[in-house]
This record gives sequence, structure tokens and C-alpha cells, in this order.
Amino acid sequence: MIYKRLIYLFAAALLCCSVPALAGDEHGAESKEYDAVGTVMNHIADANEFHIWKGIHLPLPCFLYSPGHGWTILSSGKFDHGHKAVDRYVLNHGRVNRIAVEGFPMGEVPIDGIVHRVDTIKTAEKEEYKDVYFALYNGEELPLHAPSTLDGGILGGGITSFYDFSITKNVATMLLAAILLIWVFSAVARGYKRNEGKAPSGIQGFFEPIFLFIRDEVTRPMIGEKHYERFQPFIMTLFFFILFCNLLGLVPFFPGSANVTGNLAVTLTLAVLTFLVTNLNGNGHYWQHIFWMPGIPAWVKIILTPVEILGLFIKPFSLMIRLFANISAGHIIILSLIGLTFVFGNNGESVGGATVGVVIGGLFTAFMNLIELLVAFLQAFIFSILTASYIGAAVDEGHHHEEAH
Amino acid sequence: MSQILFLADFSVIKPDPGLIFWTALVFITLWFFLGRMAFRPIQNALKKRETDIQSSLDEAKRVRDEMSKLKADNEALLKLAQEERVKILREASETKEAIISEARAKAKEESRRIVEEAKELIEHQKMAAIIDVKNQVGNMAIDLTERLLRANLKGNAEQEQLVGRLMDEMKLN
Repeated sequence: MIYKRLIYLFAAALLCCSVPALAGDEHGAESKEYDAVGTVMNHIADANEFHIWKGIHLPLPCFLYSPGHGWTILSSGKFDHGHKAVDRYVLNHGRVNRIAVEGFPMGEVPIDGIVHRVDTIKTAEKEEYKDVYFALYNGEELPLHAPSTLDGGILGGGITSFYDFSITKNVATMLLAAILLIWVFSAVARGYKRNEGKAPSGIQGFFEPIFLFIRDEVTRPMIGEKHYERFQPFIMTLFFFILFCNLLGLVPFFPGSANVTGNLAVTLTLAVLTFLVTNLNGNGHYWQHIFWMPGIPAWVKIILTPVEILGLFIKPFSLMIRLFANISAGHIIILSLIGLTFVFGNNGESVGGATVGVVIGGLFTAFMNLIELLVAFLQAFIFSILTASYIGAAVDEGHHHEEAH
Repeated sequence: MSQILFLADFSVIKPDPGLIFWTALVFITLWFFLGRMAFRPIQNALKKRETDIQSSLDEAKRVRDEMSKLKADNEALLKLAQEERVKILREASETKEAIISEARAKAKEESRRIVEEAKELIEHQKMAAIIDVKNQVGNMAIDLTERLLRANLKGNAEQEQLVGRLMDEMKLN
């Protein structure tokens, strides 16, 4: 019974916190109409400032590098929310952009704001739309560059005139997760020193079953008795880092809410590390199975070898996509459900519609939050168990049993 | 809005080099630190505890086995002691019987000997008494006869011869 009450309380708390967090968003200011997609996209995106409460932001340190200009290091508070340019950098919807005009003056320059337009690119077959942003300065519209991304232009990004190495909202959350992890686990490790030969107590007792679960269900069976201890710190760090980031992402107010593991850059890094750890530890048996699978006819080998080589990359790629998609989707669903309030309420014009939106969106959000709680654990678990199985296949001496492909 | 707009705004899919750098830095640092100060020590502590529990279970089993062995030994020893006791008791009673019977035999012998001696002594004294009596009687007879013969006989020699002959006849009786 008490659990049921706690769940209701938790759901209610989430609801109360989520709605004002969204209502305070300034995205809808440009147009009268509520831009549901834009709001959601803005919320799951990385940012150079941390939104706390209705227009109150925690400024974050910016480390910006432009190949022609060098490093610019400042606090994002200096940008005055898009009303000031510093060394040609401006803040556009929480993200640092750069004015793409060479002659623009350096140093702190007040600007008149940011303009958003949708450009229509007409090609022979169809019309394409592209979001473009401009800085207003002395009545002129100066085009803005977004930070460089490594997608090579396939996904709408690409290398631009600057790189952003700032402590962004995601990095800040990661650092918070790291501090929490170090704090929690140093306490747990201290517990093992203090309670040597005794039963676990306190926080040690809380984390011991989780640790044992990962050890007994993930590392030991997947990697094998002989090698598992060598890889256990990696798998454990993966699991707890992803878990803590996921859980922080579910907290709808200030230190949480960042979509860390729902950002492709983060999951890409983790997947690349998995790839490196797996293949740098691959033994002869593993490589033989990839390049020249024993025990099958030669013509099958010719087909299988390219498949296996592709598999080397598909495995971490699937890890990257799975975690990213699950967490992003969770954030998008919750934000969309909350957004129902503003869609039904006609962006504040209809109180009745908003009420319906609050009730429906709120109930579904409460439900989704519970599912997301499950997903947070599940995705951390899946990422670590699959990583462990890849490492297990790489270090397996394999005498009798088939490898998982 | 179109799909292109959606993709253009969907910034989370565009890998930002800054975020990659920070993620790698934070994760590798965490991996190093947590592995060093938490995951390895925890794993070692857990393993140590497991082996401790296993060894104490083994120890308990061993002690239990030893105890049962000891108990069996004790029982065997007790049985042996009981047998020994019975044997000792039996021997003691046998010895007692032997001693008693021997003592009884000795006592009998002694008493017999004492009686014998007493009898002998009595016989001796009886004989002495008889001889004494005989002597006295003889003396008395002699005396008497002397007196009688003194009175009756003149010649001593004849008379003494007669008396001697008479005395011998008496002795022979």
C-alpha cells in the first residue's frame, strides 16, 4: 500500500515540476502558434546554459575554437541570451553560434536579437525546407554558423567555422553523474573496508546486490571465469555511468533533465570504447573466426568473411543506436505528452483545453515516467551485457562451443 | 513542417566533437578511478568474503566430522573401560575368594596344629603325671613294703631281692 502511495506521490511531483519547466520555455516567443516539434527538439538538444526555472539559467563555461581565430573562453552568461555578441559568438536558443561574416567586430558587441527563418530550397523534383538563423545587427541580418559536427553533412550538420568544446548541459550532467558515482562508490568501497568480515551496511548494502547482479549475470557468464575480472571495471563503469546519466535525465528539474545518453555523440563515444576494448583484446581464435571461419566449406567462407568484418562495426553501431534511440524516444514522448497541455490549450488561449491536456498528458506522463525508469535500468543493462558478450567472444579460447554471432 | 526541417533541428543525431571529447574524458577518468578505488577493491572484498564463508563452512563441516569421530572414539573407549571394569571386578572377586579360602585353609591348619600340640602336651603331662603317680605309688609301696618287711623280715638281702622282682613285675604292667 505504501508503495502505491509513493508512486502516486512521485508521479504527482514529476507532473508539477515538468509543466512549469516547459511553460517557461522561450521558444514559442517568435510565433504566436505553439511549435510543439521545435519545443521538444530544443529540450532534448544540448545547450551552453542550464535552464533552471522560468528564464533563470545557470551560465556554463564556453571553450570555443575557431581555426582562424583561436580559442575563446568565457561564461555563456556574457551572451545575454542572444542580445550580445562576443568575439563574433552569439547565443542562439541556448546554443553558441558564430556570426558568419568575416568583417564583424571582435569583442563584446550588443546585437538586436536572433531571427529564425525557414528557407525553401527548390530543386527539380521537390521543395526542401531548411532552418536558418540570423543575428540582427544595425538592421542587417547576419547569417549564423552552428557548431561543427562530425556527421559530414549527411544529417544536416558538418564542419563550420568553429568547434564547441564547452562544458555544455550534457557535459555538466555527465560531470555531475561522475561526481555522484565517485562519491557513492567511494562510500561503498569504504564500507567494504570498514565492515571487513561483517555484513554490509548502509549504502554498501544498497549497491552490493546491483554489483553482484552485474557480476553474476553479466560479466562472469558472458566473459568467462578466466578473464572476467580484468574487464569488470570497464563493464561496471559502463553500466553505472549509463544508469546514472539515464536516471539524471529522468529528473525533470534543474540538476537533471539533460538528454545525455540520448545524444549520439555520447553513445558514439561509448560504442567506440567498446569497439576498442573488444578488438584490442581479441585473441587469435577470435580473429580466425572473423577472417577464415574454421569448419565450413571454402565458398561459404568467402561469403562469411565480409559479413563478419561488417559485424565488427555493426555490433558497436547497434549499441550506439539502441541506447541513443531509446533514451531520446523516451524524452520525446514525455515532452510531447506534456506539450499536449499547450496544444490543447491553444498556447494559453483556452483554459478548458489546457486542463484536458494537463489531465491526459499528466496521466500519460506519469505512466511514461515509470516505463522510462524501467528503460533507464534496462538500457544500461543491455549495453553492458552486450559489451560483455562481445568482449567474451573476443577473449574466448573456444574449444567446444559455438560463438554468438 | 517537412521532414528536412525535423532533421535539421534534430541536433542530438549530429555528433558534436566537443561532446565526444568530454564524454571520452569523463568516461575514461571514471573507468580509471572507479576501477582503482571502487570496483577492484569491492570485487576483491566480495571474493574474499565468499572464500571466507566457504572456508568457514568447510571448517564447520570438518569440525563436525571430527566431533562425530571423537564421539565414536569416546564411545569405543567407554565400552572398553566398561569391559575392563567388569574384568577387574571379576578378577578382584576371584582374588578375594582365593585369599579367603587360603586364609581359611591356613587357619584350619593352624588350629589343627594347635590342637595337636595341645593334645601332645596333654599326653606328655598325662604321662608325667602317670610316671609321677607310679613313682609315688612305687615309693609308697616301697616305703610300705619296707616298713612291712622291716617288720616282717630279718634279712635285708632276700627281702630286697624280692622287692626288686616285685618292682620289675609291676613295671612290666
